Amino acid sequence: MKAVLIVALKEVQEGLRNRWVVASSALLATLALTLSFLGSAPTGSVGAEPLDIVIVSLSSLTIFLVPLIALLISHDAVVGEVERGTMLLLLSYPLARWQVLTGKFLGHIAILAFATMVGYGVAAASLPLTGASITARSLTAFAAMIASSIALGGIFVAIGYLVSALAATRGAAAGAAIGVWLFFVLLFDMALLGVLVVDQGAIVSAHMLDAVLLFNPTDVYRLLNLAGSGSVGALAGMSGLAEASALSAPALLAALAAWTLLPLGAAGFAFARREL
Amino acid sequence: MTAHVQIDAVVKRYGPRTAVDHISLTLREGETVALVGHNGAGKTTLIKLMIGLIRPDEGTIRVLGSDPATGDAKARRRLGYLPENVALNPALTGRETLSFYARLKNEDRRKVAALLERVGLGEASARRVGTYSKGMRQRLGLAQALLGKPKLLLLDEPTTGLDPALREQFYEIVRVMRNEGCTVLICSHALAEMEGCADRVVIVDSGRKIADGSIDELRRIASIPAKIRLRTVPGELRRVETHLGLNGCHKRLDDTTIEVNLTLAEKVRFVHRAAALEDQVLDIDVLPPSLDELYAHFLQGRRM
Repeated sequence: MKAVLIVALKEVQEGLRNRWVVASSALLATLALTLSFLGSAPTGSVGAEPLDIVIVSLSSLTIFLVPLIALLISHDAVVGEVERGTMLLLLSYPLARWQVLTGKFLGHIAILAFATMVGYGVAAASLPLTGASITARSLTAFAAMIASSIALGGIFVAIGYLVSALAATRGAAAGAAIGVWLFFVLLFDMALLGVLVVDQGAIVSAHMLDAVLLFNPTDVYRLLNLAGSGSVGALAGMSGLAEASALSAPALLAALAAWTLLPLGAAGFAFARREL
Repeated sequence: MTAHVQIDAVVKRYGPRTAVDHISLTLREGETVALVGHNGAGKTTLIKLMIGLIRPDEGTIRVLGSDPATGDAKARRRLGYLPENVALNPALTGRETLSFYARLKNEDRRKVAALLERVGLGEASARRVGTYSKGMRQRLGLAQALLGKPKLLLLDEPTTGLDPALREQFYEIVRVMRNEGCTVLICSHALAEMEGCADRVVIVDSGRKIADGSIDELRRIASIPAKIRLRTVPGELRRVETHLGLNGCHKRLDDTTIEVNLTLAEKVRFVHRAAALEDQVLDIDVLPPSLDELYAHFLQGRRM
């Protein structure tokens, strides 16, 4: 366990030194602030909680940005160290391969958690400046949004490791990581939408749609945050989907956990088999 | 003397290619061994087997009393390894880098500063590795290998890219380690510089061990003639040649220098006779076959 923590700390240290932490926090904070200030303007008559509006906009931001940041910091984790020769060195120390991977995972999660909490926290903290009041319920939903954003980041860190453990070169890993991002964030939903429009409910039932949505972690995240609480759901226009969906919050959380553990396990397996 | 490394008839195949082909090798306590061979001869594979990164297809390996593939932490802690061309993270400082490795080996943090001092990086320890020269990076690599008082040091091409002064420093540190009872294995193809440092030379070629012995033993086995150079007084070259009865088996290097290749048996008599010509001969140099020549000899013997 100690070795895992040592590796995790080194990852955080490198993240701080390489400005990953600063850059991703600043990026998230800037965009979050922009969204929360722009978003607070037109709400006057809707009667929605100001923080709920922020949650809706930040969730959409998360779906685009957090997987990208996660893949950027993780796709290099195995193949990069192998190419630089430091993996060979590291594994000559009293340290097993799974410990290297787990340590890196914890370190990268810590970086993402810090960036998300700072970036989105700034946005939430600035709301009272616009004269808005915040209810406790919205605050809980906001905290849940941040937690699930970190979880979404963790999923893509794990997927990044799998890519990294399988890729022969760093370039291949970077290319595959971009492909993964495009697929889950853009193409999957577009294709799904296309199918639904053509199908008009003839073949694809609500249950089938549920099942299909579970195959994309960003959709699981979306269902969890946007369809979850009543006021947020109404605001996001997701309540229709949420009512038809049989997926409860625990089921969605289980899906997020599975999406983290399966790629991480597969990455560990691929890394263990990799010839160095 | 105990064996720190015991390799018995080890075979490692990568697909159809046999990287290590029935190699047996024993490294005893306090021994400095040069492992020599072409690129791709199997040197690095052998090191990876000793570290336990890969498992042998046949044969057994014991390193510091345990099978390296089990990853026994106690043995790993006493093993120092410097990989070929390691690129440590350029964003961290020298001290941060070494502290990280020290923590992994459970080594006292205070030793880090002393170790950096020892490899001559004391002043540069607060600078980022990215600003280091090649020599400094290599010394940082050596410093991490020296963590935790290793009983076994595996150095893969440690001196490539170092200038002669740094190389000398490098071998000085290796000598100190040897005197403390550490077993050192140096992989290299720059043989000449290991003369006087290596107790034993092991030559590998295409995964097979083709020679193993002290430099003197190998010289005897190879019986490569020694080179003798004579420098004569200007204009006396021809007279010296006739006097010594040289008939074409020698080389004229320039107007005043001749080079003769002689076996061990002929050498002493020849030097004696040359020395008698003190009016004509200004200088006599005896050059024993260098490690490079020995290496070439053994490789040729295999190819024929």
